[in-house]
Amino acid sequence: MKTTYTQIENGKGFWSLLLLLAGMIAVGLAATFYMEHNGHWVTGMDNQIVWGMPHVFAIFLIVAASGALNVASIGSVFGRKMYKPLAPLSALLAVALLVGGLAVLVLDLGRPDRLAVAMTTFNFKSIFTWNVILYNGFLLIVGIYLWTMLEKRMNKHKDQVGIVAFVWRLVLTTGTGSIFGWLVARQAYDAAILAPMFVVMSFSFGLAFYLLVLLATYQLTGREVGDYVLNRLKSLLGVFVASVLYFVMVYHFTNLYAAEHTGIEHFILLNGGIFTLLFWLVQIIIGSLVPLALIYAPQFRQNRSALTAAAILVLLGGLAQVYVILIGGQAYPLINFPGYEVSSTFADGIVNSYVPTLAEFLLGFMGVAITLIMVAVAIAALRILPSSLADKVMDPHALVAAQAKK
Amino acid sequence: MMNRPDDNQTTANTSELPLLDRRAFLKGGAAVATFTLAPGIILYTTAEARNIDERATDKVRWAMLIDSTLCEQGCSECVTACQDENGWGSNEIKSRPSQQAQWIRKVELKNSETGMLHSLPMMCQHCANPPCVDVCPTTASFKRADGIVLVDRHLCIGCRFCMMACPYKARSFVHETLTNQKSNAPRGKGCVEACTLCVHKLDAGDGTTACAQACSKGAILVGDLKDQNSELAKRVSKYATTQIRADLGLNTGVRYQGI
Amino acid sequence: MSLPTLHLLKGAHLLLLTLLLVSGGVAVAEGPSVPKALKGEQCVESVPNMRRNHMEYLKHHRVETMRYGVRTETYSLKKCLDCHVAPKAQNAAATDMHDTNSQHFCNNCHSYAGVKLDCFDCHAAQPDGQ
Repeated sequence: MKTTYTQIENGKGFWSLLLLLAGMIAVGLAATFYMEHNGHWVTGMDNQIVWGMPHVFAIFLIVAASGALNVASIGSVFGRKMYKPLAPLSALLAVALLVGGLAVLVLDLGRPDRLAVAMTTFNFKSIFTWNVILYNGFLLIVGIYLWTMLEKRMNKHKDQVGIVAFVWRLVLTTGTGSIFGWLVARQAYDAAILAPMFVVMSFSFGLAFYLLVLLATYQLTGREVGDYVLNRLKSLLGVFVASVLYFVMVYHFTNLYAAEHTGIEHFILLNGGIFTLLFWLVQIIIGSLVPLALIYAPQFRQNRSALTAAAILVLLGGLAQVYVILIGGQAYPLINFPGYEVSSTFADGIVNSYVPTLAEFLLGFMGVAITLIMVAVAIAALRILPSSLADKVMDPHALVAAQAKK
Repeated sequence: MMNRPDDNQTTANTSELPLLDRRAFLKGGAAVATFTLAPGIILYTTAEARNIDERATDKVRWAMLIDSTLCEQGCSECVTACQDENGWGSNEIKSRPSQQAQWIRKVELKNSETGMLHSLPMMCQHCANPPCVDVCPTTASFKRADGIVLVDRHLCIGCRFCMMACPYKARSFVHETLTNQKSNAPRGKGCVEACTLCVHKLDAGDGTTACAQACSKGAILVGDLKDQNSELAKRVSKYATTQIRADLGLNTGVRYQGI
Repeated sequence: MSLPTLHLLKGAHLLLLTLLLVSGGVAVAEGPSVPKALKGEQCVESVPNMRRNHMEYLKHHRVETMRYGVRTETYSLKKCLDCHVAPKAQNAAATDMHDTNSQHFCNNCHSYAGVKLDCFDCHAAQPDGQ
């Protein structure tokens, strides 16, 4: 089986899409300028909720980035033939998601003008420092991986590079999860399980992103993608969504068992207002249980709308999950005096509220737009997408049948 | 990094060795008043003094002892003094109250079961193992040799990871452009800041902080934990003191009495 | 870029700036109208030396003070301001940050040279006191 990769046609629709995305980026940059010029007082963030909506988007995209590489890894590391033609898009999307996420993260810094300091002055005890190295390394390695796939003379190296990329991405997401896992101060964090949970979250979010990009590009460019490919990816997504649920359950049950953590658990699970709502309704029901139903219910077999809906809902649920972890974890008060009712001028002992402003959302959307514009430009310029992923070229049974006919 | 065992929890037992060590250290030129009490017994009094051209050393660990039994509910003399000394609390005009910096705050406590009341000031606890320093990607958060935890704003990129990591909410982020800073306490938009233990005063040889000086009840004592003759070290070795969230093993430089 | 090259470039840039500063009427551009120091006759180093190297002195000193607690005054920013900038009580306008006519010694020349100065984002731009 020989896959041919071709660039997509850049017709009117393509240019309109680029224009739309460029517009989103321009608006995002304007929002950034507004926030950076004035200072963070124009945002919903404060000294209690120090990381807000931009960080939710940034972490969501960064987590998804490493997961988007999974499709390629299954082909290169685990040798599954079907996944090999899907690999270039997987690597491209991984890079694009990471760049989108990092752009948001960096533009929210108090002093983004000092980015050079972050790239030159390192504290090697900081997991942030390691993440800076891991992110840059990821871009480099996956960039090389993409090159080995696109450049014929380099093809023979792609499986080795693929293995390096796979290991690197696991370490990277472990690092992202450890940003929270290693925070001893806060009730919601300080848990080793956050690192593997982030890894599994990345599997799920990354694949959902991949599926949506695949479905959209093939639909928009009139290329064929067969049920064989989609069914494989679909059942994989089901496994990932269920795995995330498992980790979420273990995390919460462990916390519920420890008396010192029941406070935060009651907050998130029962009386945390918006966080409780987001957790149960968006993360668990809309973002996990409904997609599982759409994926596994026999009525929706071979139903692409159901698959599309499932992927969208997984992303929605993922965003809610990151929001609950990130903002919910900060909203719950720090406990410095167990057994005491605490009050002060600095919000001690009270649940902090956070109302994100429009500018923060626009910055977040900009990250998504950067990802999509990178993907769009790259698939128009480079031979990344297989001309066809139809069953007749992808399904080994169909291939055998075709062979027999001849 | 080396995890130093608790710096000075031992009794102030005047043995020969530390005295000799301190004599060697003090040769640097600090003004030292010595009293010969009896042949062979010398009392050194001003351990704090260090020449302005000398670097801070780890022979000193600056610390604070707060007696919450003396601290009065509703009193905020220490807070006002800190504001005056370091120039925060009035020049953030646009920020919402929740966005304005607070280097020191009064915390009121009420025991949920017994109803017992406490009042105490909270600020940077100047940990020996500070989480803010561990997480800072650029080494902007750092601990000086003499135990004072500071933010080097020349390196701070405003990522706020230290604020996520601090168990005491001791740090604030500056949300707007500032003017009218104090010469002794630079602070500005986009950087994180916190109590400096009045490092400029300690470096100048004052041996105390603005909050300690302002407290009319004498609830705040500043001193050198490693100087066994300091009032602070003596009290810490004599009375039961508490570190907030001692379970974290951070070995705070700020200790409390009475809670 | 390697460090020596950087230094060389920096040097060349400074030389150019110095030339502009000293050549006044002869050169194409008129020099900046830097306000005269308010106190003292002689700076801590010679004028050409300070023009060329003040940032190095300041940076070295900032590390010593910030991270090690050395509080000597000679090369401190505070000392610069003490002589070169009027206290707020005397001249409130001296902080003007973006004007080549600024009465603030540092800002005046930095505005003229177009070199961004962010010391005073955090540091007091004028000395305390009267």
